[in-house]
Amino acid sequence: MATQHQRTLARFMVAPSVLLLLGWMIVPLAMTLWFSFQSYNLLSPGMEQFIGFTNYRYFLSDPAFWQAMANTLLIVGGVLVITVGGGILLALLLDQPIRGQGMVRILMIAPFFIMPTVSALVWKNMFMNPVNGLFAWMAKAVGAQPIDFLAQYPLMSIILIVAWQWLPFATLILLTAMQSLDSEQMEAAEMDGAGAWAKFTHLVLPHLSRAITVVILIETIFLLSVFAEILVTTNGGPGYASTNLTYLVYSQALLQYDVGGASAGGIIAVILANIVAIFLMRMIGKTLE
Amino acid sequence: MGSITLKQVRKAFGDVEVIPGVDLQINDGEFVVFVGPSGCGKSTLLRLIAGLEDVSSGQILIDGQDMTQAAPSRRKLAMVFQSYALYPHMSVRKNIAFPLKMAGMDAAQQEARVKHAAGILNLTDYLDRRPGQLSGGQRQRVAIGRAIVREPSAFLFDEPLSNLDAALRVNMRVEISELHKKLATTMVYVTHDQVEAMTMADKIVVLRAGRVEQVGSPLELYRTPANRFVAGFIGSPNMNFIEGEPAARLGAHAIGVRPEHFAMSTTEGLLAGTVGVAEHLGSDTFLHIDLDNGSHIVARAAGEFPVHHGDRIFLTPQEGRVYRFDQNGLAL
Repeated sequence: MATQHQRTLARFMVAPSVLLLLGWMIVPLAMTLWFSFQSYNLLSPGMEQFIGFTNYRYFLSDPAFWQAMANTLLIVGGVLVITVGGGILLALLLDQPIRGQGMVRILMIAPFFIMPTVSALVWKNMFMNPVNGLFAWMAKAVGAQPIDFLAQYPLMSIILIVAWQWLPFATLILLTAMQSLDSEQMEAAEMDGAGAWAKFTHLVLPHLSRAITVVILIETIFLLSVFAEILVTTNGGPGYASTNLTYLVYSQALLQYDVGGASAGGIIAVILANIVAIFLMRMIGKTLE
Repeated sequence: MGSITLKQVRKAFGDVEVIPGVDLQINDGEFVVFVGPSGCGKSTLLRLIAGLEDVSSGQILIDGQDMTQAAPSRRKLAMVFQSYALYPHMSVRKNIAFPLKMAGMDAAQQEARVKHAAGILNLTDYLDRRPGQLSGGQRQRVAIGRAIVREPSAFLFDEPLSNLDAALRVNMRVEISELHKKLATTMVYVTHDQVEAMTMADKIVVLRAGRVEQVGSPLELYRTPANRFVAGFIGSPNMNFIEGEPAARLGAHAIGVRPEHFAMSTTEGLLAGTVGVAEHLGSDTFLHIDLDNGSHIVARAAGEFPVHHGDRIFLTPQEGRVYRFDQNGLAL
């Protein structure tokens, strides 16, 4: 047990790092907040002035905003469904004893090490390209019309690319969780007359619930801010079909030079992230009881 | 009904032969204990009966029917595992009802059976708890409850008490014995603890390196061990073996005398020695004695036998309680 004296000392010792972290977070947030109430365009320097909530009104009434909002949630939701579902299936497969298991597992993890820009470019030029892409070649091989993925289904294509990157992560976490399942439990279930499906739904899935929660939490944090994949493939288009909130803020700030409006968008993104975080924390609280 | 017959059952993992061929008859209603040192294949033998491992050759008959290739759930056997293997995310009620649910029984009937089993095992107050909220002994009872509700033709226990502390183990031992009397169902019980084997079994099967060394009732094994291994394994403390001149006098390679079968004196006797450690337990005194011919033996004396470290002592084995073994360790 720490004495009163030790505790006071500990607080003094921790204080510098707490202050540093607080400043690190507060300064950019405060600046963004400040800019979001300013009329601040890079094309008209020296004209900055306080304009109240006008930036927010413009950003929220922009038709692109609601579409970007929907796209953000679609990307997060879509990628989560694919990675968690696919991750469970792959983990089940990789959990089986096979020859060259170590090699297969390393191959499995590989996509996670590839930079987002690189993997997006590879997908764009080597798989999804309607002329040279592998998918186009396959379509032509069976006499079908090649699909121009990034033009016809831009959002779906981006979800696919991002999901491909995150699938190994989900697989890895779920595989380790699966390996910690007590084999005697599985045998007990076998004695109790449970078939493969019953064992999966009654034993494996409940056992994985924590790991699934962790995957959802970590992925959501990163998926809310998908950016590189959009920039190098569709540039948010056609129209705003594949623009998410992050990309909209970027285009507001660096394509339209409207720092004030972008700041307002940034603050809205922060609020959205916090709402999502509250839901996630509740979910985690339930599974980790 | 619950008779189990093993005919030349053999099990090999790759090139390693774990069980070279076992013949065994387990009668309906019997409490059979497989006992042996760790790694002797007793758990493997139990898992072969359960169907969790496939036999390499041989036959397993349950109630006269060939079940060698049958799936575990079709053998009508219930197993209690060493780690209890309870389903951690289900309540006690759901744990016990799980085999019934898998069998597709309707909910009311499930509930009745669970209530009945919980009543037998004193679990009624804990039905809504999770396994994580129970003590070791209670978890053990839930595992037994999950076995009981299926009304199997035989129960298989795989070292069920080894995770419990000493006091609880004694209690659970009695509870399982009482349960056997109450249900009168065949039970096959695996343990490495010969005390459990002696106290619970109708029939003990002593195994070593996958081979059956001897089968018999506890007292049969105690009185007439077939060989040196069984003689040394059954009984606590272990039997003393003396080789050389005293054995040769009786025409054997080695003689065995249990610690409780010595007459002790401070003045005269057949074997002379020096007391090393004297363990005074109150009811008994265990004397560790270094004999003059170099061997070390343990003898049991009455509660307040007045000897101490370094005292001279003389021992005489009781008439008719000396076991003689030949070169190969077989009883003569």
